[in-house]
Amino acid sequence: MTPTRKRRLILISLVIFGVAVATAIFLTAFKDNMMFFKSPTEVSAQDYPQNRSFRLGGMVKEGSLKRIENSLKVQFDVTDYGADVAVEYEGILPDLFREGQGVVAIGYMASDQLFVAEEVLAKHDENYMPPEVADVLQTQEQP
Amino acid sequence: MNKIVKFYHEMGSPPSFYRITGYWLKPFFVLALALTVYGLIDGLFFAPPDYQQGDSYRIMFVHVPAAWMSLFIYAIIGVCGLIAFVWRMKVAEAVMMASAPIGALFTALTLLTGMLWGKPMWGTYWDWDARMTSELILLFLYIGVMGIYSAYDDDPRKAARLAALVAIIGLINLPIIRYSVEWWTSIHQGASISLMGGNSGIKDWSMLRPLLVMALATKFYYLYSMLHRARNYLLRTEQNKSWVMRQLTEQ
Repeated sequence: MTPTRKRRLILISLVIFGVAVATAIFLTAFKDNMMFFKSPTEVSAQDYPQNRSFRLGGMVKEGSLKRIENSLKVQFDVTDYGADVAVEYEGILPDLFREGQGVVAIGYMASDQLFVAEEVLAKHDENYMPPEVADVLQTQEQP
Repeated sequence: MNKIVKFYHEMGSPPSFYRITGYWLKPFFVLALALTVYGLIDGLFFAPPDYQQGDSYRIMFVHVPAAWMSLFIYAIIGVCGLIAFVWRMKVAEAVMMASAPIGALFTALTLLTGMLWGKPMWGTYWDWDARMTSELILLFLYIGVMGIYSAYDDDPRKAARLAALVAIIGLINLPIIRYSVEWWTSIHQGASISLMGGNSGIKDWSMLRPLLVMALATKFYYLYSMLHRARNYLLRTEQNKSWVMRQLTEQ
């Protein structure tokens, strides 16, 4: 390699290294802000922003979904299997919303116990399969 | 071994690059077209519906290959940028600048199909989660590479080197996009398919097949389109050279 090329290669390597380190430091410093949602465990440990809305993410607890009659209001618990947070929401739920599914709710804590959601998003996992396969898997799990 | 070295040297020189790739264009185009038609029919009609998302998940057969290409093409731009910056290879400059618009197109397609998929499934077109934000930054990087190049129009070789610098620095975004769903909580789910093995989220072959076919189709489309553009780029930047004259008078 000629000296000029060597110099250029060293120069560009240093630039890449510098940018990589700067980015790594930046991302570590703002790790909290990069998080899309808070988990129920964090929320029950009072680790959530006061007086402003934030996102709560977890699973809709099995058997916790209650529809309030004559309204669009629903209540359900969001769990990460460590802690539960009760959520109240009025509006139309996304198609994928169901018990045992991932969910992200945007809203605020009305009290220490109750999260009032202004928007509810469904979250799905990375598994795709035909319905028949899912049925077989479920019957295998059940007995 | 000698053949490989010879091929490498030929691909590095604009006239023989132009001559050799001329034979590749048609086969690549035919392959891209045939695989796209087959992949789309297979994906839209023959793949089974998903147990959760029903038929809506079929947009995956466009969204996922497009997203893979948006990362793959940027990686090529970065490597070509490095070669162009250090070794000043003209063909690397041509490949880099020819790839940028195609990569930007695939990134835009990824964002668009992602939004169309997100609305019915998640309940929102857009949210500032790490995966979506970093993919949007990738689009800006592509636009930046093209913008810097065209802003410096009196010397295309210098312009290419400046664009290469932006491209190389932007490489840092690729691992961020790839691992964004693992490092941070996000609405976007994790990877269903990984080159490094691990658990596959799509085990059903009739679902996996159209996805892989479309991935191959987009690769061939890229090769076809990129080589076409790179050849034109070389003709334009080398227009005063004798090989271009010969090339143009021959036809």
